[in-house]
Amino acid sequence: MVDDMIRFENVTYKYGADGDDNQLVAVQDINLSVKKGEYLVILGHNGSGKSTLSKLMNGLLLPTEGNVYVNGMNTKEEENIWKIRKIAGMVFQNPDNQLVATIVEEDVAFGPENLGIPPEEIRRRVDKALDIVEMAEYKKHAPHLLSGGQKQRVAIAGILAMEPECVILDEPTAMLDPVGRAEVISTLKKLNRQEKKSIILITHYMDEAVEGDRVLIMEKGRIVMEGTPKDIFCQVDKVKELGLDVPQVTELAYELKKEGFDVPCDILTVEELVDAL
Amino acid sequence: MLRDITIGQYFPGDTIVHRLDPRTKILIAIMFIVSLFFIKSFYPYLFILAFVVLTVRLSKVPFRYVLKGLKPLILIILITFTINIFMTKGEVLFSIGPLDVTKEGIRQAVFMALRLIFLITGTSLLTLTTSPISLTDGIEKLMSPLRRFNVPVHELAMMMTIALRFIPTLLEETDKIMKAQTARGADFESGNIVKRAKNLVPLLVPLFINAFRRADELAIAMEARCYRGGHNRTRLNELKFTRNDVLVLIITTVFFGVIVSTRYI
Repeated sequence: MVDDMIRFENVTYKYGADGDDNQLVAVQDINLSVKKGEYLVILGHNGSGKSTLSKLMNGLLLPTEGNVYVNGMNTKEEENIWKIRKIAGMVFQNPDNQLVATIVEEDVAFGPENLGIPPEEIRRRVDKALDIVEMAEYKKHAPHLLSGGQKQRVAIAGILAMEPECVILDEPTAMLDPVGRAEVISTLKKLNRQEKKSIILITHYMDEAVEGDRVLIMEKGRIVMEGTPKDIFCQVDKVKELGLDVPQVTELAYELKKEGFDVPCDILTVEELVDAL
Repeated sequence: MLRDITIGQYFPGDTIVHRLDPRTKILIAIMFIVSLFFIKSFYPYLFILAFVVLTVRLSKVPFRYVLKGLKPLILIILITFTINIFMTKGEVLFSIGPLDVTKEGIRQAVFMALRLIFLITGTSLLTLTTSPISLTDGIEKLMSPLRRFNVPVHELAMMMTIALRFIPTLLEETDKIMKAQTARGADFESGNIVKRAKNLVPLLVPLFINAFRRADELAIAMEARCYRGGHNRTRLNELKFTRNDVLVLIITTVFFGVIVSTRYI
């Protein structure tokens, strides 16, 4: 129980009231636990309920049925909500719409300022957070002059400055170019390995799932597949049935195997394929 | 095209004027404006001129920057000047048609024009030497006593900060939508005023929809970062009233006090 960062117990979430014709069940009967220090990737195409799932994780949405626990605290209890949001920081899709201040360092300071932390401590945390995401040299810049990947890293720094134990990212790379995506993904890896933060990455890019400890695939509000990246990608046909792409290298290996070549199916990177061949 | 518009007219620097607490500068600007309206004769303008020149020198802001602030208001200054020159009664010097130019008129016109010019240069010195953010901070702090009367001071300051943050973003977006609509045959550049205004509809509708969507997302992001209003909030850069601020405030108060008192001598 103590090892669980986030735990879902029979969670269902419905948009709209009961009896409403437009009622939409976004998440259905989910049981899930995320361990401390785990790097979890949640995959699914649009409308599979993955964003709703992420908003349930820090109390932005409250479950219609069931309970969500963050570090043992129920998100339904109002006195816990700010503690929960401090522990489980959240980064959103559009970097432009989550930066508040006109200067990078002021924006990173926004979270700790809200927590009422003394100025010297805020300064220390801001500098540290900007160091981690490698944006320290831009601390006096205006956010609108940065590239998408840089803005998203500033947004991550803004969450880190609150010193959360867990960072939830809701499609952080969806609006970025390939360079920006690579920057963000390597930052996440660093956060998980060096800073020992739990990472929950929600995405629809398969290749971003490679770094994860565990991958969940969602479809119509339910978890339909679960396992390590290698387990998941071995089942190329099943993944494709769910409307998702596997990384190109994995698919190549899979096709080669079908043609009778002796390659393992759990190939995730170009290097692995080169070695295998 | 639209990106060239700068917000505010802050001229960055690290001079004594720049380093003063924004509250000090706002207070001085207020005293400056008030004393301008107390001036009745020309001599005190010399002191005001000396004050403006000294501040410009100390702040190392180029003079043309200060004068640039006058440009959009030249028309207003000219209108004031003309109206005053013709409408003041007194000793007639000469006449242009039915209009009489009087000695008092000329005096009054020059006087009013000078007042306007000083009003603009003095206040633009405030925005030239203070960044929009510290200006907002200063206003928030100065207005904080009003909180007792349920004035949402922090919320107003937050709104100003967010507005400043989103002006460039929305400008960029306007530019993008304009290009997209132009590509589809929209015409923003020809026709009379009514036609042009009508043509702006396909620009404004998506801009507004996007702005609302942005507001919604920003609100969620702020909540996720534990924002719950100004209560118990600390700041990264707390405003500090230094000894310099106190000294400058004392000196300027005396200075403007003297100028105001010239009216009654």
